Amino acid sequence: MNEGPMKEDPMNAVDPATSTYTLDIQGLRISLPGTARPVLDGIDLHVGAGETVALVGESGSGKTLTSRSALNLLPPGATVEGAVRVGGQDVLTMNADQLRALRTNTVAMIFQDPRAALNPLRRIGDFLIESVTLTRSMSRPDATARATELLQAVGLDASALHKYPGQVSGGMLQRVMIAAALMGDPALLLADEPTTALDVTTQAEVIALLTELRERFGTGLLFVTHDLDLAAAISDRVYVMYAGRIAESGPAQVLFAQPRHPYTAALLASTPRLEAPAGRLAAIDGQPPDLRQESHGCPFAARCPLAMEICERQAPEPLHAPDLPDHRAACHHTDRLEGSPVDV
Amino acid sequence: MSEHVLEAVGLHRAFADVRAVDDVSFTLPEGGSLGIVGESGSGKTTTARIIVGLERADAGQVRVRGRERGARSRGRAQRLARAREVQMVFQDPYLSLDPRTSVEDVLRETLRLHFPRTDHDRRVRELLDQVGLGTRAADARPRQLSGGQRQRVAIARVLAVEPAVLVLDEAVAALDVSVQAQILNLLADIREETRIGYLFITHDLGVVRCVTDEVIVMRQGRVVEAGPTAEVLAAPQHPYTRLLLESVPRPGWDPEAIAAARRAL
Repeated sequence: MNEGPMKEDPMNAVDPATSTYTLDIQGLRISLPGTARPVLDGIDLHVGAGETVALVGESGSGKTLTSRSALNLLPPGATVEGAVRVGGQDVLTMNADQLRALRTNTVAMIFQDPRAALNPLRRIGDFLIESVTLTRSMSRPDATARATELLQAVGLDASALHKYPGQVSGGMLQRVMIAAALMGDPALLLADEPTTALDVTTQAEVIALLTELRERFGTGLLFVTHDLDLAAAISDRVYVMYAGRIAESGPAQVLFAQPRHPYTAALLASTPRLEAPAGRLAAIDGQPPDLRQESHGCPFAARCPLAMEICERQAPEPLHAPDLPDHRAACHHTDRLEGSPVDV
Repeated sequence: MSEHVLEAVGLHRAFADVRAVDDVSFTLPEGGSLGIVGESGSGKTTTARIIVGLERADAGQVRVRGRERGARSRGRAQRLARAREVQMVFQDPYLSLDPRTSVEDVLRETLRLHFPRTDHDRRVRELLDQVGLGTRAADARPRQLSGGQRQRVAIARVLAVEPAVLVLDEAVAALDVSVQAQILNLLADIREETRIGYLFITHDLGVVRCVTDEVIVMRQGRVVEAGPTAEVLAAPQHPYTRLLLESVPRPGWDPEAIAAARRAL
């Protein structure tokens, strides 16, 4: 288990001081009081400059917590191990001033529900310039000019500055959120289900916009979603999370065409699709493990059609595919997946 | 006697000067499943609420098994009979169950209301079994259950009434993919066993393909396309249906082109 050519991990061998990743999470483990197992258990994840990375998982898998760790937004009482580096600096050890600078200028977040993220009683313009003027990184006229420019970049005109959130649609408001996120010229954009509350045609527009802006400003994008097909369509690389661990990671196309983890395969099979034949879906029986239950083995073992005795006993380490060092899966049976009942 | 379990004829509903539902008609055959697809503001939810009776139509008729569903029912017996015609499963199982009432009591309350002099013990066990919940779940409060289990309870509750038609308003939209598949399979099994007609309101075309025989596509209150689900999805006639289909993310997906098509429409 510990030996063999597939175990080596060139990514983790990188010296932190020379890390070129925009976001580099290493061995992140977060425990909360009153739970039997860590909420995040050894997360390794990185986002390169200008790269789009999707973080896919179901509710409770820890995807939102992982993305928020880049802002050091952690739940109270959390015990944290590991490192979260943004531009080479560990955000977990930053003091309040450094964090404020980080959240203003380096990392920005777009939330799922724009209506919940904006104050309905304040004008959109005030919301846009607030963060940069409060931290004095920009003067008010400069900030207003920048806000106008960004509103145009997201397809709105300057009249939106004087409107209240209630006067514009959900899709427009999400563009305002994107504009606000870009105000401080962030190196990293965290988007937590930014299109889930939107209609499909509006979703396409927001994605087109994010793609264009990312190319124009060279921003790294961590896209958190539960939608596998969306992740496949928009990202360079994908991480699939299950019960606080990375089950599988790799280039988007390879991961979806040839999943190496039974969970990824099962998720793909259970998604209702336009092309698939009508009839029953291949549902995954059972539910994800409860946080109050201790787990020693693979967290997916109880629902996995390939599970054997070793799966209950020993948590699998991520191993890469024979021909692809970037495509890694934490499963004892990656070699048995092809042609098996979970193969899609 | 009509062969259709549900008929909607020329439904209209306006809010101020917005025509939320504008001349909507459809039929649902006995044991059939009809999908209503559309985006927010298309009028799909208002249509569903008119069918259930939560909303009043300005004009038009709703018939269940050929009998008109009156605007208002008088007296307890009529109200109960009306409730047995159409039942609804809501989107959010976290909001549609009383947090203080156990699963068993939810079902007993419904059974007591509709079937006062029958053996409820056996029926409660039957219903739990039908929706794939063990007897252990019977004592649980909603907060002790997962989202999927709660939606199973909500389905058991509507089945208790033995309705002719089930209206499912985005009933699986809030669930995770793996759980969503369990519930969609469950709904397919129930339809096979009970022959209850489904009216499935959703924005998800994958779900429509999976659980409906026929589909209507709504936009700005109007039906822009209708037909057998397989045909509509394979060969959409209306540009809006095509746009909806193209908007579904897949490899090689071109959001730029979709955004342009949307502006053109």
